Amino acid sequence: MVRLFTVATILAAFALAGATAQAQPKQGGSMVVTYKDDISTFDPAIGYDWQNWSMIKSLFDGLMDYKPGTTELIPDLAESYTISPDGLTYNFKLRKDVVFHNGRGLTSADIKYSIERSVNPETQSPGQGFFWQIAGYEAMASGGAKELSGITTPDDYTVIINLSQPDATFLHIVAINFAFAVPREEIDKYGLDFGRNPVGTGAYKMTEWLLGQRVVFERNVDYFRKGSPYLDKITFEVGQDPSVSLLRLKRGEVDVLGDPIPSANFLQEKNDPANADLIVEGGLLHTGYITLNTTEPPFDNKLVRQAINMAINKERVIKIVNGRASIANQPLPPAMPSYDPNYKGYAYDPAKAKQLLAEAGYPNGFETELYTMNTDPNPRIAQSFQQDLKAIGITAEIKSLAQATVIDAGGQGTAPMLWSGGMAWIADYPDPSNFYGPILGCGGAVPGGWNWAKYCNEEIDALAAKADGMASTDQVEARLELWRQIYNKIMDDAPWVPVMNEVRFAMHSARIGGEDTLFADPIHIPVHYEYVYDKDVQ
Amino acid sequence: MLRFLAGRLLQSAFILLGVTIITFGLLFLIPADPVRMIAGRSATPETVESIRRQLGLDQPIPVQYARYLGNLVQGDMGRSYIQKARVSELIASRLPATLQLMAAAIFLQLLIGLPAGIFASTRRNRPLDKTVMLLSFVGISAPQFVVGLLLIYVFAYKLELFPLGGYGTIWHVVLPALTLGVTIAGWYSRMSRSSMIDVLRQDYIRTARAKGVPEYRVVLVHALRNAILPIIAMIGIDIGLYAQGIVVVEAVFGWPGIGQLAWLAIQRLDIPIIMGVTLVAAVGIVLGNLLADIATSLIDPRVRHS
Repeated sequence: MVRLFTVATILAAFALAGATAQAQPKQGGSMVVTYKDDISTFDPAIGYDWQNWSMIKSLFDGLMDYKPGTTELIPDLAESYTISPDGLTYNFKLRKDVVFHNGRGLTSADIKYSIERSVNPETQSPGQGFFWQIAGYEAMASGGAKELSGITTPDDYTVIINLSQPDATFLHIVAINFAFAVPREEIDKYGLDFGRNPVGTGAYKMTEWLLGQRVVFERNVDYFRKGSPYLDKITFEVGQDPSVSLLRLKRGEVDVLGDPIPSANFLQEKNDPANADLIVEGGLLHTGYITLNTTEPPFDNKLVRQAINMAINKERVIKIVNGRASIANQPLPPAMPSYDPNYKGYAYDPAKAKQLLAEAGYPNGFETELYTMNTDPNPRIAQSFQQDLKAIGITAEIKSLAQATVIDAGGQGTAPMLWSGGMAWIADYPDPSNFYGPILGCGGAVPGGWNWAKYCNEEIDALAAKADGMASTDQVEARLELWRQIYNKIMDDAPWVPVMNEVRFAMHSARIGGEDTLFADPIHIPVHYEYVYDKDVQ
Repeated sequence: MLRFLAGRLLQSAFILLGVTIITFGLLFLIPADPVRMIAGRSATPETVESIRRQLGLDQPIPVQYARYLGNLVQGDMGRSYIQKARVSELIASRLPATLQLMAAAIFLQLLIGLPAGIFASTRRNRPLDKTVMLLSFVGISAPQFVVGLLLIYVFAYKLELFPLGGYGTIWHVVLPALTLGVTIAGWYSRMSRSSMIDVLRQDYIRTARAKGVPEYRVVLVHALRNAILPIIAMIGIDIGLYAQGIVVVEAVFGWPGIGQLAWLAIQRLDIPIIMGVTLVAAVGIVLGNLLADIATSLIDPRVRHS
């Protein structure tokens, strides 16, 4: 019996060793990634695009990061951290082995400088507002103070951040790109051109940038996580038409498509058995929705909004996008904590919708306008909505316009109905509160704000503030439950018609290896650049 | 000749000034806010206003225009709102690629369009003429992105004769230039055909034929010299035609030119880049017309004396 046990243990140990060896690929090799649009900047305080968001994550680091392939927070530049019982003081101990690409060691002053730089109005960072909870934010954001009084650095490897009120999302905030560490001397040297000459602490350093053509990342041999990243070199080719990129991938010139597989080729590629291992399906923290302007008739009437929710045939929309989405019935996408799998939502029921309209005093429907972005497939989706509305007696005129114009109409509150496709909310960080404030909260319901439904429910705003104040570790579950209730209450008011959650299909060449979760990473899109590897060098 | 040139230059300067005024005005008529595009979706109204102030976008439009023009005269085209880089650097890094593509395309369209038109004119209303004209019509009507993708699929992917898009060697330029060239050659063949037909009807051609000049000399020497004038004027105007085609063709072939820069800037309402690209395109068109005028006046003395 004992003997048998020993053998089993040894076998298990071998199996474990084998698994570990497999989990640690050899370094070396390279990869080519293509994108349709150019890269605008690598400045972490500025960059906020589909392309550069994940690239910046490989060039720079923040106090916190996410476990690859998941939405689970882990310390990064911080070695450890403590949170005071009142949730107001965060004490981060920094790693001592971190050096910038220019050779200088990272200290606590760099963390303070970098966050302050994003808050400084002169930087014009789109991320400024994320740091609202740090003590002294108002004074600095308004241009008065030159630093954040809430961040102190008692020694070179300790950063203490004091908040003006508890915020349960704060660890996500120090993991966001806008909080990434940048070296002051390089910013002083390059000024506004730092975005073209990035110097960070990240796994890769940028070694070449031919404007409009390609960017080359090479492995940072001094990276503090030894043995990582795996690839020696990543070449990003920009300005590449997605259809041509697909042909190049088939010929072996390209390894990863940065953009989605082109719509025209999608079904053919997905159904091709040869691609079974090459196309990975992953969720996006995304919801596509129709906003209903709650401040203007007829959508100021809750019954009308609920009727619209029942009138929309979401099934047809999924067909329009070739099945690259799933039906949504609530604001949060399924991959987001607090998503409620038991919530039923409003079922598709045109008869009931018509009845509700009559109850609301519109038995013969009404005329309205539906705004949409003018790039495919959005006008086609809008036409599908138009048909659905017609069926319950509503005549909707489609306003198909350029992105900036639609965003403006939504912000100014001149769009009675707006389809969010093409500019919908993709989460900045994986926390339910990120889907509330700017797009459903009172704070975003101001002229120019992104709350296009102009929905402002003081009671829910108070609940949201309460939820985000629940910052201690034993409140995590209770907080997520409260958020679940908040979104259910919102759906009762029906300021939106949640329509679909986009599903991302990432395609890569056969020579690039890595767990499927790395190709469907919810944070690093399209793939986790630091953890995929080159099979040719294994 | 000098007076002629000076007059044309003065005229060009006014045209360019007009272009800057109109573009600037139009950009501010668009019902969208560039500051919102910079500030992003999480920005508070205070952040938005602070950025607006820093960029001077809170000033009256004439003041903003005067400031832009003042900087422009000193050679400063400003910095991109989104990329923060100097517009002049962004344009300079991409202009060579676009010029290279245009030169190759003009060469190809003349190579295809001129002989086709001349050939058709000498066989007027016969089946060969009709075939050439039908093909020209197909060329003119074909959407450039379809032609581009088709050429890539056949010649680069299936036959592997050319690279699959990109930039660098002489081989890279062939397919994008052909896409532009084929679609625009249609105009040239129709234009050169009708121009040749006009000239071939004239008395001096009959005289030449009566003298016993061989037919090929009549067509290529006597007639072509006069028929070419409207074609040269058209090359000048052509550069304007390219302004639309080049955005499409550059996108399909991954050609790192100015069209791609403009496309991204328009989506994000990056006004300094849009202004810069429009201005460069306008300079190109004006310069093209000017060169065409000069060339015409050199070939045909009647133009410079009228």
